[in-house]
Amino acid sequence: MSGHDHEHSHTPITNGDEPAAAARAAALEELLVEKGVIGREDVRQRIDWIVSRSPADGARLIARAWVDRDFKQRLLADARAAALELGLDPGPSPVVVALENTQAVHHMVVCTLCSCYPKALLGPPPDWYKSLPYRSRAVSDPRGVLTEFGLELDDDVELRVLDSTADIRYLVIPPRPAGSDGMTEEELAALVSRDSMIGVSQPSAPAPGGGLVRHS
Amino acid sequence: MRYRVGQRVRVAARPHEGHHRTPGYVKGKSGSVERVHAPFTNPETRAYGSDGLPKQPLYLVGFAQRDVWPDSRGHAGDRIYVDVFEHWLEAE
Repeated sequence: MSGHDHEHSHTPITNGDEPAAAARAAALEELLVEKGVIGREDVRQRIDWIVSRSPADGARLIARAWVDRDFKQRLLADARAAALELGLDPGPSPVVVALENTQAVHHMVVCTLCSCYPKALLGPPPDWYKSLPYRSRAVSDPRGVLTEFGLELDDDVELRVLDSTADIRYLVIPPRPAGSDGMTEEELAALVSRDSMIGVSQPSAPAPGGGLVRHS
Repeated sequence: MRYRVGQRVRVAARPHEGHHRTPGYVKGKSGSVERVHAPFTNPETRAYGSDGLPKQPLYLVGFAQRDVWPDSRGHAGDRIYVDVFEHWLEAE
């Protein structure tokens, strides 16, 4: 005899408008605080830190790499040190690896096990990055995923998918767009989208006129 | 560090109860060491309140997309790279 055979005359048991995941997170936080594992101040500080980060920081790294070949080599050798060189906070991860996209090789990043992401340099990950469809299909059908993002790679481009399963964080250095000669580092940084640093899109094309304001 | 860059390795096919960071889709698959990262605390014990010691060396292992997904629609040269701890790797 199942306990679910009774008439459901009562109202459904819900948690108001709060999503189940939010209720679960709140319950976990209560328990962790009660057991002294974390303090409420730790949680508040961590949230403050995450929301203070943005892709603008990563874009500064990329723009500098586009205009300074030596800096790009240092970024590829040790992205943490390169971020510190620009006064950026590379975050708690001990190793950040930058990977360069070229005409011949295209990198894209996923975390199939959860949502590992270079938050310090790119801000909080987008919802799609944490979604099950992206996490599963980025490894099993990456070219199909890229097509859905509007990026069709040429047949001769080697596609490399990076699954960040552990302590390393990966950042993509997208190719400098054509027509961006003569732009300042700041103007170049504005072309670097978050998604291009994950490797699911290319940087924006410069506006006609190369982004230079002309006064006549 | 037991393995070196370029060396062929196979990911252990063993099941594992509880938290671990070796994705199921590469278990039993063969690839080659792309990077030797560094030793890191072991997430399999750290997840349960321990200090995660002794540290385990971490490698970036590269696989041919078609070795991992035989029905892959990708191109012959497409590759997938996964960070794998040393105790999940076997020499080929």
